[in-house]
Amino acid sequence: MKTINAILTIAGRDLIKLLRDRTRLLASLVFPFIFIGVLGTSLDSNLSENVGYNFLVFVFTGVIGQTLFQSTASGIISLIEDRENDFSQEMFVAPVSRYAIILGKIIGESLVALVQLVGILALGIVLRIPITASQFLAILPAVIVCCLFGGAFGTIVMANLSDQRKANQVFPFIIFPQFFLAGVFTPIQNLPLPLFWLSRISPMTYAVDLVRSAYFWGTPEYSKVVLYSPLFNLTVIGILFVLMLGAGTFLFVRNERNK
Amino acid sequence: MADVIQVEHLIKKYKTGQKNAVNDISFSVKAGEFFTLLGPNGAGKTTTISILNTTLSKTSGTLKVAGFDVDTQSADVRQSIGVIFQNQSLDLNLTAEENIRFHAVLYGLYPFRPTYGLMPDSYKKRVQELAQILDIQEKIFDQIKTFSGGMKRKLEIIRGLIHNPKVLFLDEPTTGLDPLSRQNLWEYLSEVRKELKTTIFLTTHYLEEAENADRVCIINHGQIVSLGSPEDLKKEFVEEYIVMDSLHRAQLMKELKSHHLRFEGEGPFTVHLDKKTVQQVIQFIKVNLTVVKVHSPSLEEAYVEVIKEDVAHT
Repeated sequence: MKTINAILTIAGRDLIKLLRDRTRLLASLVFPFIFIGVLGTSLDSNLSENVGYNFLVFVFTGVIGQTLFQSTASGIISLIEDRENDFSQEMFVAPVSRYAIILGKIIGESLVALVQLVGILALGIVLRIPITASQFLAILPAVIVCCLFGGAFGTIVMANLSDQRKANQVFPFIIFPQFFLAGVFTPIQNLPLPLFWLSRISPMTYAVDLVRSAYFWGTPEYSKVVLYSPLFNLTVIGILFVLMLGAGTFLFVRNERNK
Repeated sequence: MADVIQVEHLIKKYKTGQKNAVNDISFSVKAGEFFTLLGPNGAGKTTTISILNTTLSKTSGTLKVAGFDVDTQSADVRQSIGVIFQNQSLDLNLTAEENIRFHAVLYGLYPFRPTYGLMPDSYKKRVQELAQILDIQEKIFDQIKTFSGGMKRKLEIIRGLIHNPKVLFLDEPTTGLDPLSRQNLWEYLSEVRKELKTTIFLTTHYLEEAENADRVCIINHGQIVSLGSPEDLKKEFVEEYIVMDSLHRAQLMKELKSHHLRFEGEGPFTVHLDKKTVQQVIQFIKVNLTVVKVHSPSLEEAYVEVIKEDVAHT
């Protein structure tokens, strides 16, 4: 019970921090706006006719997966900076296991990411992206999975980075190529072999595809837009989640004390 | 009194380090003691404190805090200690009350509730008491961004004590505080010691803060170079002397020589006590004195001598 309370406290703190930081709240909507509003609209105007489906919706669903995955991952990586500053030092000397700290942080950063989702959905309404109640209900579990998956990805990355400077240098190299490899903005059904493999080992691919499979389920565009079945995506995500979270937390705990 | 901290043959070598940051040190701290660890930058103070508070692993040695092994019973150790870090560990985005609440929940004192209103009455009462001690009854629900440096430090200490730790580790707690805030903080800490009998383990660069310690341990290059009470250190490393002068310097010099008092200068004279008391020395002097200044050595002088001696030996 004590551990659960600690996890909830750590998670709750992240959410409070976000809600009090208006600049961060606004900033978190800038990229989705650029990606969906600017890039999505532009691609839609030029490509929709050729691909045979609404390209704006394609980008919109891709950006949802990408934003939530990335937001949680980068939130976890902020632990590197946090442990040298502010309240997090407190967490590391509290009688709470490191596993509980990581889990609390993942849940907290997932909540933060989900607040961003509200903004993205609002943007979708403004851009008149069609979304039915059943589609909304279908993507809801998918986005939660994206958040937790991003958290596990962030944990394995964080475990291998010793300081914030290194994290700032390395993280963009790990995350930005995935925007393109995961097919956030462009279809990746047909790719040259090297890019195909890179795309399929990119964790974000499965997060993005899961959101699309939930949104497009039962629509005529499904087969054109979605790569794999939700079950396949969930299986891959489940395996990677366990591996990344387990190994990441183990390495983080070990590296934390063995300096 | 029983030992609350036991350190035996502690060695720490960092992965990237060439030498041992802490090189085979042993000491113990008694329950309720005010123990100070002193040393120049890089001497191994923060390394030692980090190993004791379980955030850093040792290379070898045996360490126990509150009877618990720091390696195998780290959760019990953490439950028994409070830590005030060199860098501030408050969350500036949260209110003073939220900072206290989150600490209390992490230490298992109360269940998690998202708002103050939902917390148990016993918690609310405790927070109001703490707010009174800090004299921030009106600001307890304000974000602590607006608090002064001294106030934030005090809040950290209060928060660190809320789970009644047996040992409070203070790692350079007054760095960056103005003299008045430092004084206030130490007044508060001395009250805490009187009331709760908490063991204080301090590292500091302000030597005057260690003057009231029960024992001072000086480390340099990862090794203990001196350990004892501030008085013992002063006696051992710094001489007490009297500066005196007279309009009749020749007469004064004659009297000093006749009583075999060791002195320097030709006026004013620095007269070494050489284990005599000030009273005894003054009694020997019959000539009228125009200057009498007793020099009581400070811990800072003793510390400088200890470090100089250690450097000379290495």
